[in-house]
Amino acid sequence: MAKLYAELIRIRFLTMLAYRVNYYSGIIIYGINIGAYYFLWGAIYGDQQSLGGMTAEQMTVYVAIAWMSRAFYFNNIDQEIAQEVREGKVAIELIRPYNYLSVKLAQALGEGMFRMLFFAVPGMILAGLILPIHFPPTLGHWGVYLLSLIMAFIINTQINLLTGILTFFLFRNEGMMRAKRVVVDLLSGLILPISFFPVWAQTLMGFLPFQVINYYPSKIFSGAIAMSDVAGVLWLQFAWIAILYLPITLLWRRARRNLVVQGG
Amino acid sequence: MRQIIRLFSDYLSQYFKTRLAYRADFVGDFLSNLVSELINLVFIVVVFQHVSLLKDWSRDEIIFIYGYFLIPFALFSMFFGFWDFNERYIIRGEMDRILTRPVHNLAQVCLESMAPDRIFGVITGLLIMGYAAIRLHLSFAWYDIPLFILLVISSTLVYAGVYTGIAAISFFSDSRTGISPMIYNIQNYGRYPVDVYNKAIRITLTWILPFAFVGTYPAAYFLRKEMWYTYTMLTPVIGVVFFAIGLSVWNWGVKKYQGAGS
Repeated sequence: MAKLYAELIRIRFLTMLAYRVNYYSGIIIYGINIGAYYFLWGAIYGDQQSLGGMTAEQMTVYVAIAWMSRAFYFNNIDQEIAQEVREGKVAIELIRPYNYLSVKLAQALGEGMFRMLFFAVPGMILAGLILPIHFPPTLGHWGVYLLSLIMAFIINTQINLLTGILTFFLFRNEGMMRAKRVVVDLLSGLILPISFFPVWAQTLMGFLPFQVINYYPSKIFSGAIAMSDVAGVLWLQFAWIAILYLPITLLWRRARRNLVVQGG
Repeated sequence: MRQIIRLFSDYLSQYFKTRLAYRADFVGDFLSNLVSELINLVFIVVVFQHVSLLKDWSRDEIIFIYGYFLIPFALFSMFFGFWDFNERYIIRGEMDRILTRPVHNLAQVCLESMAPDRIFGVITGLLIMGYAAIRLHLSFAWYDIPLFILLVISSTLVYAGVYTGIAAISFFSDSRTGISPMIYNIQNYGRYPVDVYNKAIRITLTWILPFAFVGTYPAAYFLRKEMWYTYTMLTPVIGVVFFAIGLSVWNWGVKKYQGAGS
């Protein structure tokens, strides 16, 4: 079984490699976004030394790291699920001898690994040449960051699976998936570090899974979280993975029973 | 033209029939647009809890620009919603069918992919502008209203021209271009005053991909920022010129188009 999923990851990786134009435009899109926030934050800081506990320099680095992390955890598998439900392909997928959701997870991982290797790593090296990025000092630090990034990937993918499965009940929910994307971008700390929010909002966000997707991993990378506190973050991420597992299993069981194949 | 308007109303009723078949999605779309619009507002509000000025712009001025920015964008996505043009019309070969239709092919594509529910974006934009205008104690003369409409139409034409021209690239290359998401991301630069960016980006946003004319420049007039008036007055010119360019690229592309679908 493990071999099957490894193969799925590999195939998705190669598929990504085949669509080269998508790759180039993806790089440009990330460049455009990082550029926009780079200038915007530059103007926001103006002459000010520090905002929300971060200096202008730290903010620039944060923007770079946050977007590079996103390159790994981001995927569109919910839209793929929606498309397969709409086109009726999901019926074929369901009679195949594998777990549909695990297949999606594997494909997402292939996609994430591709973007990590061909985009985030070179992007980080490039950013490291221009910006004063403090890379994690030891292998242990790197390991912890990667571990938290992988958990962030799992949590984000679980959220995508949830919105994807909802297509089984709603038939069409592109709107919701789009909204989910911008909400995740905001609440995960990608476009605005969590420390900028008013205290009540921060408290509220503590009850949501989004900030462990980007804010905490990025802070681990930049060393803003002491090694002694890292375990807490990792446990929190693990807890969210366990919590999100529950509704996915329940909904998935119902979804298979409720499935209406429209096309095909 | 009259034919297009008649067809428009027919497509409109058809549109509502298909949309209301999936009621949850209809509501979901409405909410998702609202959420995306409000999230940018959250960004502005949160940032201005820490600073009082962005360059020389106050919080409410930025909010006003953002409110204006939403209106032409909503109008544009209402009538030019063919984000998946490359995929749907070129790769799947739908364009061949379009070419057999009696109305102009661009009009036909627009009719098929219109999204009247985006009208809510106009309302959100007006509400946001209204909120900022009250806080800024802006006063308007009667001629500001026709001027506003003229500027909004011009800004919409900027979008329409750029997007039509970009979509037309698909006629020359039958593979995926991935350009439309790129443009979608670039237009986000228009949300904030252009003097935030460096000179190269400012020039790009003014003369090459003129997304400064969908936000800052026209909105600056209502904020009485006289230093930008020249650009405000240029908005209709830029709108017409870019739409003309977009349309000619499109027509040229259609002539070159050889059919790629199956």
